[in-house]
Amino acid sequence: MNRPSLPAVVVALIPFCAICFSVSVWDRIYPMVLGLPFNFFWLLAWIVLTSVCLWIVYRIESGRNSE
Amino acid sequence: MSPSAIALTLIFVIVACGSALGFYAGTRHKMSLEQWTVGSRGFGPLLMWLLMAGEIYTTFSFLGASGWAYSRGGPALYILGYLPLSYVISFFILPPVWELGRQHGLQTQPDFFLAQYRNKYLAALVAVVGVVCLIPYLLIQLIGLGIIVEIASFDVIGRTQAMVIAVMLLSGFVFVSGIRAVAWVSVPKDILMVLASVTIGIAIPGIYFGGVGRMFSALARAHPTHLVMPGSTANLGHSWYISSVLLSALGLSMWPQNFGATFTARSAETIRRNCIVMPMYNLSLAFIFFAGFTAYLVIPGLANGDLSMLTLVRKTFPAWMLGLLGGAGALTAMVPAAVHILTASTLFSKNLWRPMFAPEMTDDQVAKLARAVVVALGLVSLIVAIYSSITLVSLLLLGYAGVTQFFPGVVLGIFWKRVTMPGVFGGLIAGVACAAVLILSNHDPFQGINAGFLAVCLNFAIVVLVSAATRSRPGVLRPAATGR
Repeated sequence: MNRPSLPAVVVALIPFCAICFSVSVWDRIYPMVLGLPFNFFWLLAWIVLTSVCLWIVYRIESGRNSE
Repeated sequence: MSPSAIALTLIFVIVACGSALGFYAGTRHKMSLEQWTVGSRGFGPLLMWLLMAGEIYTTFSFLGASGWAYSRGGPALYILGYLPLSYVISFFILPPVWELGRQHGLQTQPDFFLAQYRNKYLAALVAVVGVVCLIPYLLIQLIGLGIIVEIASFDVIGRTQAMVIAVMLLSGFVFVSGIRAVAWVSVPKDILMVLASVTIGIAIPGIYFGGVGRMFSALARAHPTHLVMPGSTANLGHSWYISSVLLSALGLSMWPQNFGATFTARSAETIRRNCIVMPMYNLSLAFIFFAGFTAYLVIPGLANGDLSMLTLVRKTFPAWMLGLLGGAGALTAMVPAAVHILTASTLFSKNLWRPMFAPEMTDDQVAKLARAVVVALGLVSLIVAIYSSITLVSLLLLGYAGVTQFFPGVVLGIFWKRVTMPGVFGGLIAGVACAAVLILSNHDPFQGINAGFLAVCLNFAIVVLVSAATRSRPGVLRPAATGR
């Protein structure tokens, strides 16, 4: 099994930082965005951004494997 | 037609159509063990997606998400946090698992441990822990189904009747069609669930407050602490959030049914692409939260928060909407229940009974035994679900903490050459014991940290220490280059 490359792992860690470890920074009601409390908006945004990050990881890894 | 007749008719039509699909799904395939458990490794992206989505959106997310938003508030956000992260982990772990599965014909999670560590007792232990963790999850589906159908049918069908009918249907289609049934019944289930949750999540705040934004403004004015952690709880703060999100993100793909679903995929590529798309599907959960938060303002004080969304829907909408929700809710319980029964039966027959008591059995005999166990397990769980009043949610938390103990053995087996069988064996036992002791003695969260997370840390430490002290695996199996 090829281990994932360092850039891929770094990109994959971004959602963990944004969704998990930084909770005390974004767990607040204001400013409300799109009518949602900030913490709620933040997590919904990161659901989409997690898909984006995984897509980038996918591109990094498939580029590496085809070499 | 009276409202209850309309709702009842809709529920029956939806459940009947879904079940018919399940029976039909397997009719064109000869049901060998390989076909029954892993669909002959032929699932393309769409079926694979249906299977993954079908397994993950259970009555626990349906009733539980709104229930947590209602009774706990802010801490409910952990559900939105861990699901996308679990696909990040799956993206890296499941393709090599699939690759090893293809090379060695693996069908179950204990099969994987057997291939990695060459010890049938370790595989049997994995099977036992898997089955023990699955059963409360299965019971929650059945009890949730009873509640949903009872409320949605205006109490015309009792819980017991609803559970009896549902178990007969789902054991039937699992018996006939195996894993294919689960994927196919997910089609109407997922369509109806997304439709119902979006409709409810937008309409309910709209009707009572004139929009989602206004509902949140009202909630922020009236109960500002409910919307952030620890919300309406005493001890579910930020350290609990971090540890719970990590535990659940690690654990999701370690559930035996989710792990086993990997082997149905046609290629590792199918799995990777699904992991990229799956987080987006979680957006539909947001609408269920909207309903739960609205209920907190409109019908405060319910003893059981899990009923808040259904109660509010019954109060707000005409009967046909309730029937639609009841039917969708019933399928949402039946799909996971079907896969739990299928997985538990396979684990028992293939990884426990045959290696321990009847090594001469052929695969066809194992398949026959597994299908008989489906019927038996359906009956037993039905009886327990009808006669028990235990608080299953705490058992499910124990289940989550339990299956996550497989994680070190899986991930180190794939990525660390020095890991040894005694290390994994010891880590698994220590992790499961630690989680059980802390949770059953009501010490979860322990010092503000999720008990299962502490157990998995202990597990990792023991695996690494014992592996360092023992010799490396003889004849170690590892997937060769990734199969692209």
